[in-house]
Amino acid sequence: MTVQTSTHSPATSMDDVATAIARGRGRRHRRRRGVIVVLTTLIVLMFAVSLMVGNTFYPLGDVIGVILGQDVDGATFTVGRLRLPRAVLAVIVGLSFGVAGVTFQTMLRNPLASPDIIGISAGASAAAAFAIIVLGLSGTMVSVFAIVAGLVVTVVIYLLSTSSGSAGTRLILIGIGIAAMLEALTQYVLSRAGQWELQEALRWLTGSLNGSTWNQVLPTLAALIVLGALLLSRSRDLDAMRLGEDTASALGVRVDRTRLIVVIAAVGLIAFATAATGPIAFVAFLAGPIAARIVGPHGSMLIPSALVGALLVLVADFVGQNLVGMRYPVGIVTGVLGAPYLVYLIIRTNRAGGSL
Amino acid sequence: MTASHTLVAEQLTLGYGDRSVIEELDLSVPPGKITTIVGPNACGKSTLLRSMSRLLAPRAGQVVLDGASVHRMPAKQLARTLGLLPQSPIAPEGITVADLVGRGRHPHQGIFTRWTREDDEAVAEALLATDTVALADRAVDELSGGQRQRVWIAMALAQHTDLLLLDEPTTFLDVSHQVEVLDLLTDLNRRRGTTIVMVLHELNLAARYADHLIALSGGRVHSAGDPTSVLTPTMVQSVFGIESQVIVDPTSGKPLMLPIGRHHMRQP
Repeated sequence: MTVQTSTHSPATSMDDVATAIARGRGRRHRRRRGVIVVLTTLIVLMFAVSLMVGNTFYPLGDVIGVILGQDVDGATFTVGRLRLPRAVLAVIVGLSFGVAGVTFQTMLRNPLASPDIIGISAGASAAAAFAIIVLGLSGTMVSVFAIVAGLVVTVVIYLLSTSSGSAGTRLILIGIGIAAMLEALTQYVLSRAGQWELQEALRWLTGSLNGSTWNQVLPTLAALIVLGALLLSRSRDLDAMRLGEDTASALGVRVDRTRLIVVIAAVGLIAFATAATGPIAFVAFLAGPIAARIVGPHGSMLIPSALVGALLVLVADFVGQNLVGMRYPVGIVTGVLGAPYLVYLIIRTNRAGGSL
Repeated sequence: MTASHTLVAEQLTLGYGDRSVIEELDLSVPPGKITTIVGPNACGKSTLLRSMSRLLAPRAGQVVLDGASVHRMPAKQLARTLGLLPQSPIAPEGITVADLVGRGRHPHQGIFTRWTREDDEAVAEALLATDTVALADRAVDELSGGQRQRVWIAMALAQHTDLLLLDEPTTFLDVSHQVEVLDLLTDLNRRRGTTIVMVLHELNLAARYADHLIALSGGRVHSAGDPTSVLTPTMVQSVFGIESQVIVDPTSGKPLMLPIGRHHMRQP
């Protein structure tokens, strides 16, 4: 007869264990909160720096004066009309890309399943470029085009990938193919336009904050508030879906309904942001994994990832505008950051012997 | 703890696409007992279990828990009464044991409700019951197969359900871990009165641990009842298509099936 071995002493009482568990959970919560506070502080700092620094330097006092509505010689135009809407839009689209990206990555349990890799951003971008350049539309109608295209692309890659086999990998590979086709379509639309400038073309290919206005800020902000709140209300269910759909369902999550709500909200966020700035390369793709690395694998990544996205866009735009000699659109800078990570991710998955 | 829930399948028909897997199946799960379901590959065991825990909507018929159809019940309410451990659950990369087991509290928490002492106690109790307290801060992906399976069971325990369904909880485990997991489930049944329904591959272990054995064949219940009455050479012949001898296990007194192949017959 064998004797049951035990790894805990009989003295371990349930109370002690429960207290230890509560302590561990408290530690994880504090780390999460700490990360959120640090990221928010960095965003505020970077926001202030990007208002102050540029061709002309304005001290913090002038910048605050402009924000409070005072008339400061020179700064009122440069900061109030150029830098402020640009920085605000950077934060909003950064938050949108960050939260939407990690939503897809969480739902499909794969860091490669980000909307900017699997063609959703490319679809929204192609539609926005088409609406503006070919149809001459502007404002909300552009966002509507972008959303419809984003949802259509989502449905198409979903339908193409569910016939058989491992849906996750198929979805990503099909999405990459669709993304390539849609990028070609964007280039075709750009080439059809009678006259277009390089900056405008780059917006729809890699994303740019050039020419940001308050008119672009409003719809993206409204979308972020409504759809962001919708996503946050589902964050616990989304987190449970990381255990697999069967387990999540057994835990009382209505998987189909959650997936539907979450996909529509995330695609909407991507589309509104893309309609304003173009598909800023790799922000959605990078934000989640960076956030997970900082926070650790516990709890919902939505808020940390949104903050990382905002910080990425602010920093990348600042670098593109001020630090590289020439002025580059933000998407080129994030593209340079994101591409090596993509390669690293594929090498790592291959080494682990897994599929994509 | 009372465990007087009734779980019944009525004229249940299940399938995927245009393929029918289960046809007009009736069965009832005896409350407070351990029920094991056996049958050949692709006979619909897992499909049946998935439908009983509402993962799969029936084509016809229904699964009834305490008088109400499980597919029409609010999802969280069902998850507080009936738990399921799927065949291959997924552990997010890097998640710790305590965190994973804590996920079992999901149906007891709302969108904004804070984590309570009761949740911590449920997790602690589950870790103690599965002997995984020492693993609490370890990452799940570092654990051995047997440890990992205990952790998943702990998650299901933290869910505090009176009924627990398990889809092949011993697959990929070596024999000592198989016995360990099944003993643990028996403890759970004896101490808490939890009704357990599990699909098992290994016929002899299924018969040994079952109070109620269900043999499934071609999408129908072939026979159900006390293991001694169900596990017979006739059943094995008609369900698995193999000749066998069934003897009484000298240790447990339960039936033990010995398959007979074409070779290895003793010379008279």
